[in-house]
Amino acid sequence: MFNLEFMRNAYFAGTMIAIVSAVIGTFVVARNMSFMTHTLSEIGFAGASFGIFIGWPPLNGMLLFTAISSILVGQLSGRIESRRESVISAISGLFIGLGILFLSISQKNASYATNILFGSVIGISAQDVQLMAILSALLLVVVLIVYRDLKADSFDSIGAKINGVNSQAISIVFLLLLALSVSVAAQIVGSLLIFILLTLPASSAKYFAHTVFSMIMLGVGFALAGVWLGLYLGYVTNWPVTFFIAFIEALIYGIALLYNSIQNHS
Amino acid sequence: MSEQVVQVNNLNVSFGRQQVLSDLNLNVQRGEFLAILGHNGVGKTTFVRTLLKQLKPTSGEIILAPDTKIGYVPQFRNIDIEYPLSIRDFIALSFTGIRLPFLNRQEKQILNRVIEMVDLSDIANHSMGKASGGEKQRAYLASALVKQPNLLILDESTASLDPDAKQELLRVVKRLNVQEQLTVMFITHDVSVMAKYPDHYLWMKQGGYELGLIEDLPSEVLNQDNV
Repeated sequence: MFNLEFMRNAYFAGTMIAIVSAVIGTFVVARNMSFMTHTLSEIGFAGASFGIFIGWPPLNGMLLFTAISSILVGQLSGRIESRRESVISAISGLFIGLGILFLSISQKNASYATNILFGSVIGISAQDVQLMAILSALLLVVVLIVYRDLKADSFDSIGAKINGVNSQAISIVFLLLLALSVSVAAQIVGSLLIFILLTLPASSAKYFAHTVFSMIMLGVGFALAGVWLGLYLGYVTNWPVTFFIAFIEALIYGIALLYNSIQNHS
Repeated sequence: MSEQVVQVNNLNVSFGRQQVLSDLNLNVQRGEFLAILGHNGVGKTTFVRTLLKQLKPTSGEIILAPDTKIGYVPQFRNIDIEYPLSIRDFIALSFTGIRLPFLNRQEKQILNRVIEMVDLSDIANHSMGKASGGEKQRAYLASALVKQPNLLILDESTASLDPDAKQELLRVVKRLNVQEQLTVMFITHDVSVMAKYPDHYLWMKQGGYELGLIEDLPSEVLNQDNV
């Protein structure tokens, strides 16, 4: 399997995506932003098809669209929780529409659309891997720099404010990080299923972990298990890798819920 | 020689036409334990928020001693029961700032010390989400101590606790007040448990304020469970 260049590339890319997604996912779960993540992935789809339409690599279009819209959503929704939901719904619908429009006027065939939506391992070149490595490293360095404030703001927002954390700045930095990781992760699992990697491993990990750090580490482990095993099973069976990743992560999540309910009853 | 930590001069705060605080005067000495008592709606929270500079006085002023470092314990926190936070981890969240993720040796020492100060050493590795109300309040107190304040402001910290947990929290606060020389301002509508711990009281009521030694707290106030 590793004799094939595209499989090697897929494993490199998948490993980076798993690590980044689980790290960012920890804070997505703590900040209750799963829905926002889902929306960003739909916006990413519109961005990718826009990229194709004007002749850019899809990743660049995704980065552009998700970065701008993540800040817009932050500004539009402000502090009102209920309003955030409706703002996100409106934006998400609009962007799926735009995505379809760009794809249709760019006159690419339907396989382009399915690649963006559901991901593809075959299309990943050594150059893509390099770019993803740079973006992933950048993302992890920023997380390291803001880690303390991000952690405080995500797990105890009231205490963070008392301690002088600028929660608006943290929130914007985090949205940008999220946009970046959505764009990177979309390369393998596709924009429709990004939230599998961005929310499920971290959500499962929180039931087994006792500290934030162990939640991150376990989440990385769960994400890696899904991606590595998923790629292997996809290679062996010729079924979509995305299906296997989704299935494995959902299975782990199911086990985590079961474990939690047994813990609570004993 | 006693020294003033907080000096409140003719403080007036109003929201639009509604006057919430009028002509409040108060001095708090270093090392004092002051209970701020009063019904809901008399302006206790407004006073605290003005003290924390979240609100501006309409007139008058609050002067803090130049070296004042406030440790504020708010009434509410939103800690999800499913968060993977131990009590120690929760308290450590107060080490904020753009620094390396892991605590350095000095920070670890401070962390252990504040956990000890609030009597949580034995259960520091237990889940914060599943801790009892009293344990949570002591953890909130510890997280306010992380930045090593010299003025501690507690906002209705006993509000949701059972009588034993209230006593325990107050014992811890009193010990901090005496042993660590912390000045304490304890805001509460819960008068009955307060009688033996503070030195002074400020009773905020409709149309005025009453200040005095805690021994002189009017019995009419003491006999009510909630003022």
